[in-house]
Amino acid sequence: MQTATRIPALDSTLRPLASRDFDYWKAHHLLVRAGFGGTPEEVRSLAAMGLDDAVDHLVDYRSIPAEPVAADTFDKDIMRPATTQERQAARRARTRGDEAALERFRRDRQRRQQADRRQMRAFQRWWLRRLIETERPLEEKMTLFWHGHFATGYRTIEDSYHMFQQNQLFRRFAVGNFKQLAHAIIHDPAMLRYLNNNRNVWRRPNENLARELMELFTLGEGNGYTEDDIKQGARALTGYTYRDDAFEFRAEQHDDGPKRILGRTGPWDGDDFIDIIFTQNYVSEYICLKLYRWFVHDLPDGPGGPTTAFLRRMARDFRQHDYNVKPLLRSLFRSRHFYHPTNVAAQIKSPIQLIAQSIRSLGTPPRDFGTLLEAAALMGQNIGHPPSVKGWDGGRAWINTATMFVRHNVLLYLMTGRGADVSARRRRDEPSARPDRNRPFDADHLIAHLRGTDGRVDADEATLYLLRFTLGGEPHPDRVELLRSFVNRRGGRLEGPMMTAALALIATMPEFQLC
Amino acid sequence: MHDTTGQSDNTFTRRRFLHQGLTFASLAATTPLFVERSARAMTLPLGSLIASQPGVPEDHVLVVVQLGGGNDGLNTVVPYGDPAYHRARPALAIRSPRDGAAQRNGALTIDDNSGIGLHPNLTGFKSLMDDGVACVVQGVGYPNPNRSHFTSMDIWHTANERAQGHGWIGRYFDNTCGGTPVPEGSIAIGREAPLAMQGSIQKPVAFESAELFRWLGEDLNPDLGRTYQKINRGGELPDVEPESQLGFLMRTALDAQVSSDRIRNAMEKTPLVRYPRNRLADQLRTVAAMIRDGMRTRVYYVSLGGFDTHANQAGSHGNLMRQLGSSLQTFHSDLKAQGNSGRVLTMVFSEFGRRVAQNASGGTDHGTAAPMYLVGDMVRPGLLGNHPSLTNLDQGDLRFNVDFRSIYAAVIEDWMGADANAVLGKRYPKAKVIA
Repeated sequence: MQTATRIPALDSTLRPLASRDFDYWKAHHLLVRAGFGGTPEEVRSLAAMGLDDAVDHLVDYRSIPAEPVAADTFDKDIMRPATTQERQAARRARTRGDEAALERFRRDRQRRQQADRRQMRAFQRWWLRRLIETERPLEEKMTLFWHGHFATGYRTIEDSYHMFQQNQLFRRFAVGNFKQLAHAIIHDPAMLRYLNNNRNVWRRPNENLARELMELFTLGEGNGYTEDDIKQGARALTGYTYRDDAFEFRAEQHDDGPKRILGRTGPWDGDDFIDIIFTQNYVSEYICLKLYRWFVHDLPDGPGGPTTAFLRRMARDFRQHDYNVKPLLRSLFRSRHFYHPTNVAAQIKSPIQLIAQSIRSLGTPPRDFGTLLEAAALMGQNIGHPPSVKGWDGGRAWINTATMFVRHNVLLYLMTGRGADVSARRRRDEPSARPDRNRPFDADHLIAHLRGTDGRVDADEATLYLLRFTLGGEPHPDRVELLRSFVNRRGGRLEGPMMTAALALIATMPEFQLC
Repeated sequence: MHDTTGQSDNTFTRRRFLHQGLTFASLAATTPLFVERSARAMTLPLGSLIASQPGVPEDHVLVVVQLGGGNDGLNTVVPYGDPAYHRARPALAIRSPRDGAAQRNGALTIDDNSGIGLHPNLTGFKSLMDDGVACVVQGVGYPNPNRSHFTSMDIWHTANERAQGHGWIGRYFDNTCGGTPVPEGSIAIGREAPLAMQGSIQKPVAFESAELFRWLGEDLNPDLGRTYQKINRGGELPDVEPESQLGFLMRTALDAQVSSDRIRNAMEKTPLVRYPRNRLADQLRTVAAMIRDGMRTRVYYVSLGGFDTHANQAGSHGNLMRQLGSSLQTFHSDLKAQGNSGRVLTMVFSEFGRRVAQNASGGTDHGTAAPMYLVGDMVRPGLLGNHPSLTNLDQGDLRFNVDFRSIYAAVIEDWMGADANAVLGKRYPKAKVIA
């Protein structure tokens, strides 16, 4: 964005912003990054809290009531393992060559798989609704972060309940302790299945989990470990498996011999392996870089730049807090660095950010969650189906010529209810009769505070505010000119359908993809 | 944060920093420094900026098919005649054509003297070989193989052992375009544009489905449409730093408009042959439509995932083989019907093969060398090179015979008519794959 004033240097420390500098636009930035943005009114009330209370409000969200998760939201038995009787019956049918019975078993399995895929889509809609409607935006945003970090895909595990369980784990540890979460993840059925650790037994170790644990989950690729550490780590993880919906340690499959991992020798098991990994400073450095890219900037400046020093301090802060995420984020969100102009309106919105932020800040009806999920998938972010164990790359990887069109079209859909064919492949089995599916979008509330005593809004002033509010920064003069002349050509009154048209255009400005 | 390579080169340490543990895809050329650097790295004689060499027509097309996840080369091109193969894979080995004849699960014969055949589901590819329009290059790899999907894939995409720099296809364009990007010069079908196609000048077009490739708001009101066009066809606004996020977004917005016009145009005809319904065939059908429409695109990129078969691989790998064989065959017959099979070369690769021995989960773990496949009227047909030894292994993995960059070099020079050394930054002996 354009700024005429001189830009102060980027801080290399976690020094907090002066309270008096926390204004409406800083609150706007905070709400967008720590959450998914909000209406002008919500931004005003956050600004009124002052810096410390505003950050606490977002980070210490436990005092805000959350929508409870009903025990029976999802059926845990769709993909349950066969009972002893069922297995015996199947075996009998096979030995007798009872084709009719075998066919029945096959059909039953197919039916259960179909039901599970339906439940998976229901789970995705449930989560998307939470992302959009939650009163604890940071909780959901961190849940999404962990989903991308400890990426697990449904297509491999084929158990929607395990995906839901893992999602609840991420929510429980959203701003909790990263080391504890790393312990928990090697006890998580979805992860154990996804990286084949259920097949990792002492006679034939399977290295998949051990490798990704170091390469992608904790140390980062090439950071201080060797191929041999992976082999030894895989031995430590032998016998870590699950039965039905719960972790199970099978001592008879575990290799209890001595292993040398990162220079330490002992009869290590998987949890020892985690503890050994966490003795390395690489862990805090690697996670802080990922959190930085998630909350601050996709492209931190290079070595020697102020961000390198800032990241080092973040990592030290993280270690000092024993890998607790909450205090780390509290100091991050209070820091001058976080509010520096280079870090404002500088991050490419993820597809989920784009959708959730548009609905929450503009106040559009959410329309239909199934359609929004399809659109998110076309934009490259199919929640529950990360492209690989590496999760989503984020940043510029979200943007190509095709996702650009989907980004434009999904906003049009939210505002007008039209162009629902952003998703060409809509499925029929999902109920989509939401009452607000065809509700017109009333955007007048966005500029209500600009209404004069005569009830009129100055169109020039309102277009400028609208651009600032939606683009999160100072708009380019060409954009102001273009939008004003569009409004003036068409009667000059910024209200009703004219508001929608103006917003639909703003949403196609390349700047709109930044937050 | 830590530069473990000890590289003093600023550009590369910066790249390491930016992408540590994360992919490079679509992030190439984020800094002016980097652009400048890689331009300098390729100090070329002026003559090499001319698009084509004498005798190499401009209408040659390359289609790259990426098999993501690490395709099991040993169960694709099967050394059924080697007892070591059956010993290493008691449950997964594919039987010889004779042993499997009754149940039709034996390898398809290509060279019975050397005991090498194809996966039984590769009937489509087999008929391409029988017609003399396909080849298998055996034992392709690179030194010090990396067994991480992401790194190894980046190595194949950059043609650089440290996975550094721009994509090799991107660099091909950078070297031949005379300083300006070629609109729709390279098209990737899929959600993400691959790193291979990212050059410092040339950027690929990427899309997944042609009918959604425009803004639907234009249908609502003509004035809205005109204003939209002004916003999105304007390119970079004055004072916007070209390498900033915003510069990148503005350029992409413009590219999207230009490409949309052409591509939707191309999709309007029904294909000349019937395609099977699968992910790979869908993508190749789209490519064939664009070729038929006479688009000036020189490189297309499609991909199929699911090859990371750590457990119970027999069934899933079999399905992938059927998709691969039938899609390649249909694509070739479409091109033939169009009269284009002589100007389109298709090249198939995966980031690595799999370990020789099966694992305990009925699958195979990440390995090293594997075959590559080329299709087109111009290829030197048949089984090329030697099968890597199954007994002289490197920590349980195959040793490569052919560096993949030797094949890139042949494709760049003998097919695309550019200087391979300039594109690859190093001299590699050209593999004889083009007849």
